[in-house]
Amino acid sequence: MFEDLSEKLKFVFKKLKGHGKLSEKNIETGLKEVRMALLEADVHYKVAKKLVSDIKTRALGQEVMASLTPGQQVIKIVNEALTALMGSQHKGLQLSGTKPISIMLVGLQGSGKTTTAGKLSVLLRKEGRKPYLVPADVYRPAAIDQLRKLGEQLSVPIFPSNIEMDPVQICREARTAAQHEGCDTLLLDTAGRLHVNEELMGELSRIKDAVKPSDILLVADAMTGQDAVNIAQSFDRALDIGGVILTKMDSDARGGAAISIRSITNKPIKFIGVGEKLNALEPFYPDRMSSRILGMGDVLTMIEKAQEVVDEKAAAALQKKLRKNQFTLEDFRDQMVQIRKMGSFSELINMIPGMGNNKHLKNLKVDEKEFVGIEAAINSMTPQERRQHTIINGSRRKRIANGSGTSLQDVNKLLKNYAQVMKIMKKINKGGIHGIDRGMLPI
Amino acid sequence: MSLNWLKKKDESASTGIFKQLKKGLSKTRQILSTDIDQLFAGSKKIDEGMLEELEALLITSDIGVRTTMELIERISIKSNQISDADELKKELKSEIKTFLMANPPPGKNIEGLRVIMVVGVNGVGKTTTIGKIAAKYTARGKKVLIVAADTFRAAATEQMMIWAERAGAEIVVRKAKTDPAAVVYDGVETAVSKKVDIVLIDTAGRLHTKINLMEELKKINRTISKKLTDAPQEILLVLDATTGQNALSQAKLFNDALGITGIALTKLDGTAKGGIVVGICRTLQIPLRYIGIGEKIDDLQDFDPALFTEALF
Ligand SMILES: Nc1nc2c(ncn2[C@@H]2O[C@H](COP(=O)(O)OP(=O)(O)O)[C@@H](O)[C@H]2O)c(=O)[nH]1
Ligand SMILES: [Mg+2]
Repeated sequence: MFEDLSEKLKFVFKKLKGHGKLSEKNIETGLKEVRMALLEADVHYKVAKKLVSDIKTRALGQEVMASLTPGQQVIKIVNEALTALMGSQHKGLQLSGTKPISIMLVGLQGSGKTTTAGKLSVLLRKEGRKPYLVPADVYRPAAIDQLRKLGEQLSVPIFPSNIEMDPVQICREARTAAQHEGCDTLLLDTAGRLHVNEELMGELSRIKDAVKPSDILLVADAMTGQDAVNIAQSFDRALDIGGVILTKMDSDARGGAAISIRSITNKPIKFIGVGEKLNALEPFYPDRMSSRILGMGDVLTMIEKAQEVVDEKAAAALQKKLRKNQFTLEDFRDQMVQIRKMGSFSELINMIPGMGNNKHLKNLKVDEKEFVGIEAAINSMTPQERRQHTIINGSRRKRIANGSGTSLQDVNKLLKNYAQVMKIMKKINKGGIHGIDRGMLPI
Repeated sequence: MSLNWLKKKDESASTGIFKQLKKGLSKTRQILSTDIDQLFAGSKKIDEGMLEELEALLITSDIGVRTTMELIERISIKSNQISDADELKKELKSEIKTFLMANPPPGKNIEGLRVIMVVGVNGVGKTTTIGKIAAKYTARGKKVLIVAADTFRAAATEQMMIWAERAGAEIVVRKAKTDPAAVVYDGVETAVSKKVDIVLIDTAGRLHTKINLMEELKKINRTISKKLTDAPQEILLVLDATTGQNALSQAKLFNDALGITGIALTKLDGTAKGGIVVGICRTLQIPLRYIGIGEKIDDLQDFDPALFTEALF
């Protein structure tokens, strides 16, 4: 349902052949696509607007790198702008203070606070701390039960709250109780509430004043829409939160809320929830997020890798050959060597948006271990055979197999794969396959 | 000027439902109507700039880029006939209403035992909504049985039991981690023998992208149909109004797996507008049945496209 931005940009820049400077005129349509992608990913309208204008400023007058197409160049700039916004490092929990310290979890109803409390206790225990679970939701039916069951399951001690108690009182008493239990880190699971509910927001402030938590985490659903800015702003204003945990990241949500929340609060996203299991909590790496939001597969990683490895001139020469369908077995071998430097073949295929599911390429099935054999086989061919694969008949195949220490089957497979690649190349040159940018072919 | 207009509407629609709905949606209405009024503060004609601001309004309501563009296109075609905020609002409302009403009327008959299966992703409000629906039916003198088939989430059964008690409904529960299809089998059997009118089935929350969990739902669905050929009469998808564009993906995948017959949109008492349902109704032709506007037992309204759109602006 969400189309890949990189594919759209490729389409937009189709006419902009060759390289040159990005000008206001030629990136205008591209930027429209970027804006759409951001909005479809639930980035807030105003945030998206600001981002697009930043991107435009960055892009204008930039030289398109030889190894990139204009579309990829724009993606690169978009990525830089997003990374600049999100920060580049992972930020962990704030755990300083006299023990026992408290970490407070806040958020809307159903955002995943209770499960996250359980997950954090697992994480803290791994780091050698002694967590103590504190159920402070006296409103939602059976909320205390839910956390109690998680505590039992994990053998993490839990404060015996009951619904007759006041949440502030619970949190205060829990500190003393935690000390008795020999625990050093309290996880306060507060009730879900709407950010506009003044009474309940006031309750959170009172809890904060009472226990002075070391960290306050807003637990927000990755699927949140435009309202994310209001939610984040309200919780941050009321509590000066220390960071955010984004849950349900194992869904197909683009997670544009991450961008909205970050730009409105300037608070880091610290962790992401990636499943229902109690170990499904991962540190948040801001730089990985932009490709998800923009739906670019890992095209960014690929651009990076390509920049590192592929010599620009060689790439240009190769591109020319590909265009003219003059891609020989020799080139095939050279490219394989490059690919091995860049990572595994299948990895690369998956990184190209739209290619992971390409059935032709799936059939290719180049086994990593076969690389060596393929290289040897090609080395055993005569120069003429490498340039003109059609002359490689049965007896030549046998010779090549013998000479390279591979089997006849291997040689047959290699030639079949190569023919397959050529077929795909021809199609691409006719503009038939989406998602491949010419200069970037990993083959 | 629009305030007068709103007052007029308020008087004409003096039903309690409308008042309560408006209370729930008041924030949305405030934001949208004041902004639309401001749009016309300076100029009289609808121009590019104004359409852009309108676009901002619609998109920040989570209506989505595509539906927004479609709505704006429709409006701009008529733009020379529209000269003030009231007219624009009216026009917009009628367009949105057509989108929301592009629905087939609810299908199967109301006679006899009615099984309603409730599904959705984690935390959207399934259990709460079931409690509220149960209360609606028991208030009408119906005999209601709830089947607590969320055997996965910790204390989900306990939560459902509390709601069943509040609603005056009976409930079938089994041990944690029991196969939900087995619970449902027992539940439907109990429903038949006890001759209840309504069966509400609570299922565990699951992400629509988890294939094995969606298979589990299909199995539950088959189990019901095997026991009672016409059942379930309704498969209700619960969506959270705070959710953005992903709600469309949720609706699509749940619909593909089960054939959703209706939607309940929860948490409209916040500032989120749930605009995504406009696109969902339009593209999937699934009717909105209920809206949730709070955590209390009577905070559930029957959805009415006319009322909903009226209250929106
Ligand atoms: N404010 C508000 N909260 C709601 C509404 N519906 C459900 N909730 C809350 O959302 C949370 C999750 O609800 P629950 O029924 O447990 O969701 P489930 O996981 O889908 O069964 C609970 O705290 C409910 O009280 C609503 O319409 N408005
Ligand atoms: Mg539930």
